Amino acid sequence: MIPAVELQRITKRFGDVVAVDNVDLSIADGEFFALLGPSGCGKTTTLRLIAGLEFPTEGSLSIFGQEVGTLTPNKRPVNTVFQNYALFPHLSVLENVGFGLKMQGVDKNTTRRRSMEIIELVQLEGLAERKPSQMSGGQQQRVALARALVNQPKVLLLDEPLGALDLKLRQEMQLELKKLQRDVGISFVFVTHDQEEALTMSDRIAVMNEGELLQVATPEEIYERPTNRFVADFIGQTNLLEGTISDKETVILENGKYVKALNNFSAGTHVAVSLRPERAHIKPQGVYEEGWSHVDGFVETVTYLGNSLVYGIKLDWMDLEVREENRPGTDFHQPGTQITVSWDPEAISLVTD
Amino acid sequence: MKTEVGTDSEGSAATQEFEKAALRQESRRGFLLSLPAYAYLIVFFVISLLIVFVYSFATRNRFGGTDLSGWNLDSYSRITEPIVRDVLFRSLWLAFLTTLICLVIAYPFAYFLSTRRAAVRNVMLVFVMIPFWTNFLVRNYAWRVILGNDGPLMNTTEFLGLGSVELLFTQTAVVLGLVYGYLPFMILPLYAAIERIDRRLLEASRDLYGTGWQSFRHVLFPLSMPGVIAGSILVFVPSLGAYVTPEILGGAKTTLLGSYIVTQFLTARNWPFGAALSFVLMLVMLITTIVYFRKGGRTL
Repeated sequence: MIPAVELQRITKRFGDVVAVDNVDLSIADGEFFALLGPSGCGKTTTLRLIAGLEFPTEGSLSIFGQEVGTLTPNKRPVNTVFQNYALFPHLSVLENVGFGLKMQGVDKNTTRRRSMEIIELVQLEGLAERKPSQMSGGQQQRVALARALVNQPKVLLLDEPLGALDLKLRQEMQLELKKLQRDVGISFVFVTHDQEEALTMSDRIAVMNEGELLQVATPEEIYERPTNRFVADFIGQTNLLEGTISDKETVILENGKYVKALNNFSAGTHVAVSLRPERAHIKPQGVYEEGWSHVDGFVETVTYLGNSLVYGIKLDWMDLEVREENRPGTDFHQPGTQITVSWDPEAISLVTD
Repeated sequence: MKTEVGTDSEGSAATQEFEKAALRQESRRGFLLSLPAYAYLIVFFVISLLIVFVYSFATRNRFGGTDLSGWNLDSYSRITEPIVRDVLFRSLWLAFLTTLICLVIAYPFAYFLSTRRAAVRNVMLVFVMIPFWTNFLVRNYAWRVILGNDGPLMNTTEFLGLGSVELLFTQTAVVLGLVYGYLPFMILPLYAAIERIDRRLLEASRDLYGTGWQSFRHVLFPLSMPGVIAGSILVFVPSLGAYVTPEILGGAKTTLLGSYIVTQFLTARNWPFGAALSFVLMLVMLITTIVYFRKGGRTL
């Protein structure tokens, strides 16, 4: 199948600054795709490249197989929901929504009919004559969505679409956007710096940092099997235990201890073991499950969070964070207690730089 | 319980009283602060205007003086005379042309200016203001030299084989001089208005299938309307009453309203007619301004 959007070795430089660095990316039709990363990582530039608001310095960019790298935005079959919406302040909701059709020379009656339909779809009926300034943030967001979707784009681009909304509204809109995407059936490509938002909404996530694309995978994979140190650290929380590959099944940690880790790296490669706080378990010293990896240490701090307890563990050579769910029968370990931290070798992932 | 309610309402009544007093004091202070400005305007504007208004209904006597008696509308009825009408329409037309040309020249410049870095902008704005550092009369005479016989313009056109183009003492020269003189008054408000417009709105327009021209026509221009209106008024109004530039660059064939009024006062010694013309001129300006603001009010 032809990908909806395909970037091949795309680089974008602003003077000396490399905003997007040699990115290969393929987004399937109908996919809810997130570009995730900290601010300044190049995610917004990538989106703007797809929209045509920037032109790539190098590389090729195609939409449904058609090369569009040098086309202006008005010649691309994509539409954008801008950060803070960029609604036209001098036009009513109806005129905002109908703008794209009007520019394309669609006749007035059709423009009006289709605009009203889409306004209904985003549940703004009755507000068509309002100006954007007379609407709440959530309503403006819907106008921005309607204004883009009325043109029936092949791909919808969204730049931090929920960034300006308060938490409760954001959570509502997350579900609504997801539903909307399923209804219209086109790919949504959205930019966010909020990992939770990316995990909740996307079919696949691309994690970016400093212009580079680090990993593209499903939310589960990104969380469970990060391949990159930055990805492991950026998505959720993790402990990174530095080490070196010994063989296909073993890693030597910094302190010389061997732990089990199936891998495809060549011996001697420097890696880090990513151990999520909730994947490690704390037992009295010397107690651990058969076949699990384990290290000894003592409890330094305990933080009670209600549904869970977070332990700060001191090992000989580093600190660990371990999260135990607060279940009936869970042992509480007091600060100062000597304990053993253990984990299922399946539960870790190896990451490189 | 009852006493508590009593105290409460008394308390709020006292607060209201206090707030009223504070408001009164506030408005009194505002009045005092604006007093010098009002005083100046009343003495030098309202009173002088009243004198002009009174004179416009008076009668010219045989000796070129004015009799402040026998009030009539004769001066106003003279405005329909062909010669006066021609001067009026010519002035309106040239002022309109000047405004239009200023707008066409200033808009791209103001837009360009708004896209530059702050440091570059400031330098460019200084360049816009520099002509003001030289006396207006001197600048107009400079144009006379440039456009005149054996001046740089004529020499250039002759050198290029276009024959000797002489613009001095034509309407073109007047419009040229007016555009030159009032262009900054168009640039500054336009720049201020365009600079405030969110660039993402233009990106949104391009994203929504707008061509560059459509984005200008449907987004940039309507949003810059406050600047267009302010700039147009600032250019149109002084152009309509312009005296110095038409006098120096226009010559006898292109008498405009400003010169015509001066003639009435100084040469023809017909003060009532001059006063009436001044009032008509003010009326035209007032109507233009109101219409423009009304129109602007709708599009904004």
